[in-house]
Amino acid sequence: MSLRQVPIDQVIERALNGDRRAIGRLLSLVERGGDDAETIETATHVRARDSHVIGITGAPGAGKSTMVARLVAAFSAADRRPAVVAVDPSSPLTGGAILGDRVRMAEVDTTAFIRSVATRGHSGGLALSVPGSARVLAAAGFDPVIIETVGVGQVEVDVTAAADTTVVVVTPGMGDAVQANKAGLLEVADIFVVNKADLPGASDARRDLELMLELSHVTGQEDADHRPPIIMVNSLEGDGIDAVRTAIAEHRDHLVTTDRLQERRRKRARYEMRVRAELAFGAHLQRRLGEPEFAATVDSVAQGDDTPAAAARKLWQPYA
Amino acid sequence: MPPASSRIVLAKLGLDGHDRGIKVVARMLRDAGMEVIYLGLRQTTDSIVAAVEQEDADAIGLSMHNAGHLTLGPAMLAALDEAGLDVPVIIGGIVPDDDRPILDDAGVAAVLGPGASAEEVVTTVRAAIDFASAGGDETA
Repeated sequence: MSLRQVPIDQVIERALNGDRRAIGRLLSLVERGGDDAETIETATHVRARDSHVIGITGAPGAGKSTMVARLVAAFSAADRRPAVVAVDPSSPLTGGAILGDRVRMAEVDTTAFIRSVATRGHSGGLALSVPGSARVLAAAGFDPVIIETVGVGQVEVDVTAAADTTVVVVTPGMGDAVQANKAGLLEVADIFVVNKADLPGASDARRDLELMLELSHVTGQEDADHRPPIIMVNSLEGDGIDAVRTAIAEHRDHLVTTDRLQERRRKRARYEMRVRAELAFGAHLQRRLGEPEFAATVDSVAQGDDTPAAAARKLWQPYA
Repeated sequence: MPPASSRIVLAKLGLDGHDRGIKVVARMLRDAGMEVIYLGLRQTTDSIVAAVEQEDADAIGLSMHNAGHLTLGPAMLAALDEAGLDVPVIIGGIVPDDDRPILDDAGVAAVLGPGASAEEVVTTVRAAIDFASAGGDETA
């Protein structure tokens, strides 16, 4: 019998007991949102708190999926139970997607759990549902939960709000020291991986990152207790993967011993609350705008008699 | 919330490196708004069952160009049956006409041959998903 006909409470119970089909089903319901997603959140939120959530991000083609596959194998070999949420983009035109991360993960043991997720219209490098998906996997006993973002450019840093530890993957030839000092992606790394380190330019990439970190030290921006390590990796051969795993564990220890884990989770709480509230509030405002009492205001903006800013204030001020 | 997209696992099962066709089909389904979980070459029935469970897929598309369909098609269905999964299997590729009834009898939802248009591919996949979700091949 298909799980689609089973009451949600039973699916949740099976998932929490490790039934993989039930976990897969819950993840679909979380992606869909709505009442079922909220029921699942209630059942999984508190159970999820002990798993380490790791974000892996970097440019398209940096080798994130291949590295994640190696990392999963390394965690499995160390008797952990890793799971992966791998995000790829949805087409803005049709909503369709080709989710290809599993191609790079073919060697991964089937005891690990890999879920491919489409962004479904959300920018920022993740899908809206990703924190909820990570919660389901953590509550089902997976630890760590690895979130692999879509290939990102410079500013898509949603993953830092979803993860305890963020690994930024760069490759040789990513640009010079000026690129490294631009704001954005490189600021959010807890760990740097220079992947494809067998290629020419790998030591230059390392030097540019080191210089950037030096400047963070000079300007006082860095976390005084944690300087992001830079790890040279060749994911195809597996070189450096154990060093990445060790660095991730050390960062987790650092977060726990300095109470920064709670700080990050408060940041995550604020982020999730804001995103949910924005969605609900946005839908509410959209409804209000269609009501007769706003018809005259809408007309006056359209005709140029009123400014959008002033009219918008009439809309939101009652809630401020 | 947008309506939930259909999710289909596409794979080459067994030792068969002809993947041009499956990539074209992946693109056809993507452009029809589906989420395609692409597994690539050299998959096994076990790896496909694991992917279908983890991805909560609505359908499986297998590409066959090595004359293995009469062995691997039924093997796939048996593996799904054993795992308790009632997900429709669509086979695409080189399947002689005489073999089609055999695959039909084995429980393959549809067979798509060379020259199938994007419309035909999408319609066939949608019909197979709709039929299965209406309880068409309900198993215990």
